[in-house]
Amino acid sequence: MSSVTMWRGCRRLWWAHSPPTRFPRPPPADARGGPVGSCGRRAYAPPAERKRFYQNVSISQGEGGFEINLDHRKLKTPQAKLFTVPSEALAIAVATEWDSQKDTIKFYTMHLTTLCNTALDNPTQRNKTQLIRVAVKFLETDTVCYRVEEPPALAELQKNEWDPVVAWAEKRYNVTIGSSTSILGPNIPASTKETFVSHLASYNMWALQGIEFVITQLKSLILSMSLIDRHITVEKAVLLSRLEEEYQIRRWGNVEWAHDYDLCELRARTAAGTLFVHLCSESSTVKHKLLQD
Amino acid sequence: MAALGAPLRTLRALLRELRHAAGRSYRDSPAYRHVLAAFRAHRVTSEKLCRAQQELHFQAATYLCLLRSVREHEALHREYHGRGERSPQEVAGLVGFRLPQQPGGKG
Repeated sequence: MSSVTMWRGCRRLWWAHSPPTRFPRPPPADARGGPVGSCGRRAYAPPAERKRFYQNVSISQGEGGFEINLDHRKLKTPQAKLFTVPSEALAIAVATEWDSQKDTIKFYTMHLTTLCNTALDNPTQRNKTQLIRVAVKFLETDTVCYRVEEPPALAELQKNEWDPVVAWAEKRYNVTIGSSTSILGPNIPASTKETFVSHLASYNMWALQGIEFVITQLKSLILSMSLIDRHITVEKAVLLSRLEEEYQIRRWGNVEWAHDYDLCELRARTAAGTLFVHLCSESSTVKHKLLQD
Repeated sequence: MAALGAPLRTLRALLRELRHAAGRSYRDSPAYRHVLAAFRAHRVTSEKLCRAQQELHFQAATYLCLLRSVREHEALHREYHGRGERSPQEVAGLVGFRLPQQPGGKG
């Protein structure tokens, strides 16, 4: 579900003050004229964009963690909970997102805020086991396991680019995955799934939300794990996920308003998801070593 | 370990992106100060292969990718998808018509 649909469907937005302005409703049926309507307004008017209503964005530390302040008001989630994050770096990144909005607030660019809201509200009400199950189920339809037989150039490209990643995953987790050209996909043994289930269980709930998000974006569990294990960069993971599209672009040409648009959006979301996972699962301490003199 | 290149290059690009995002007072923004402090803290180390340093570099590269792609995505959206619907006058003009003007007002 895209961010834009979510904002349009979400009636309550997360300003800190209440009540929020209502979205303009479409005019009732009898007020609409013919095709050249008597009122100049169209049948569907998208909701008016929220202007930037704050000057300063700052961070403060509360009991549950770090909070974001827009001017003097505290930021809240769509379900009106107080917005608290466990990590200071994550709070700073969210504050930067809010601070970089000029004139109007574009929620579809604020990926980290979205992820934090999802983790805090858990609107789909899933627990840890369900999240892990969804994530591991993706292995059966993993992009890098599905190969084509023709055109031979694409089959070759898939072999050269995707085989190393699959081999890395097999070695790192000590499992068998394999790849397949049939429509049913690869046959993943149960032991492989169990290994991944127990590995994912070591992450906390917030990090799991991020992992599931990255898997949904890249359409691949293997690419997501190699990204989270810092084996490949975000750009490379996105490239591997879109391998066939890149092949077609090189063959038939690039369409900026579609290809580049999708590429940038995918990169933004994947980068946000990865950063979210890392910031939620790290606990960094700086050990000062004594300098040898 | 991912092929990331020089940390200095990532740092410079990241600071540039933060400058674009923040505006006038970018040097006082918490993100700018946090990034600089984090890079300085991990600079002094006697180990050749410092895991924390690589983790920080990877995080910095990921954040750089996020900021850069959000900026590019917004630019593309503004250029290609930001215009919204056409008005009835524009739609009529597409096929060469003009809307009728009734002297007594509409309806």
